[in-house]
Amino acid sequence: MTEPGAVPRFPLPRVRPFDPPPQYDEFRERCPVTKVTLYDDTEAWLVTRYDDVRTVLGDDRFSAVGSWRFQPSASRAAAERGEKSFTAMDPPEHRHFRRMLTRHFTVKRIEQLRPAVESIVDDVLSQLVSGPRPVDLVQALALPVASRTMCHLVGVPYQDHAWYEKRATVRSVLDADPAEAAQATQDLLDYVDRLVTRRQAEPGEDLTSRLVQELLVTGLIHRSDLVAMLRLLLTAGHETTATMIGTGTFVLLQHPDQLRQLVDDADLLPNAIEELLRYISMLHLTIVRVAKDAVELGGQQIVPGDGLIATPAAANKDPHAFPDPNRFDIHREARHHIAFGYGVHQCLGQPVARLELQSVFSALFARLPGLRLAIPADEVQYNHSNLVGVQSLPVNW
Amino acid sequence: MRISVDVEACVGGGQCVLSAPDLFDQSDDDGTVILLGQPNADQEHEALQAERVCPAGAIVVDPR
Repeated sequence: MTEPGAVPRFPLPRVRPFDPPPQYDEFRERCPVTKVTLYDDTEAWLVTRYDDVRTVLGDDRFSAVGSWRFQPSASRAAAERGEKSFTAMDPPEHRHFRRMLTRHFTVKRIEQLRPAVESIVDDVLSQLVSGPRPVDLVQALALPVASRTMCHLVGVPYQDHAWYEKRATVRSVLDADPAEAAQATQDLLDYVDRLVTRRQAEPGEDLTSRLVQELLVTGLIHRSDLVAMLRLLLTAGHETTATMIGTGTFVLLQHPDQLRQLVDDADLLPNAIEELLRYISMLHLTIVRVAKDAVELGGQQIVPGDGLIATPAAANKDPHAFPDPNRFDIHREARHHIAFGYGVHQCLGQPVARLELQSVFSALFARLPGLRLAIPADEVQYNHSNLVGVQSLPVNW
Repeated sequence: MRISVDVEACVGGGQCVLSAPDLFDQSDDDGTVILLGQPNADQEHEALQAERVCPAGAIVVDPR
């Protein structure tokens, strides 16, 4: 029980790695919108009910503009440097930029990438099985699949991946040096700017080439806006999907009966992936919005300028939306989870993530039916970043 | 049951296509929702799920 009157410090500690902090259950009942103290001693509201989280993310009285002030990570430094990302804009400006991209991320369009992604997975798995054992599945499978898929999609030479991923990681580590994060952001913007020049001269079939042709050549977008957009696309789908691949494998190995059902019936996989997205709820510190108007929410008076932490980790474990929420169940109705966020900013790349997760899980357990952890489950190390997940996953087969 | 869609509000998330592929598609031009038809009795659950998961509130299902 939290002491009455005490303002808890965010983030609150977890007891079990995939369950939200136990106080969230208490908050949901007693004070579903509650004040917390942040990293720099400022205060914000922590929103723990599914319906309230959807309200904060879906209602235009709450803004994405300036939300970086309440973010834990070094991406604050990036924002302070003036990076223009449409994730930090509201409609209609947000809509203007997002609509330039949506045709490239429809379910149909991303489905066309399936053969390429399956071939990447196959190639990475072939290297993994011919290598030494035990092996860290995060390094040997999760990261390369996510990385090669993004390189293929965006049109970045794969030999550059280590360079830009290192800079992307700096931006999401919790205790990153803000100066270093700002420099990493500038490096990434410079890199993408050079990529635009290259694709302008020698266009290919990739997304960068298409956007250069559709938006830049036609004068529909300023070059700096296109560069910021591509910077976001390049890094948004790497660490996130890799975390879901590694952590999802761990969760499935921890539930062998359900894993066996999945292997026997491939039709169960899409829903199992929705349940993995919900159960893991990787985004445990973000997402944040800023109140534009005075709003009453969860019995609290929110005033303009207040920050609200609307985290999927709280919403996806609300028992009113998902009965017995801390139980992993591939058969439950999970599609209404908000692991990809909610509202106009909901993840644009979610069909890509689903495609990668489907390709990886179906190929991994088919090729390595005897896959197992190489260390006791309680020795698995977790991330220290914006994302909940396994840091490494030593496996054998 | 009757579905209506708000193309202006749509953000092209594609959740409706995943929930009810026989009822919804996305435009090749801008990814926004295309309503393929009204649900028959067997598709009502899917239609309600599409309404529930739409991130932009762009799908409204009138149960009457």
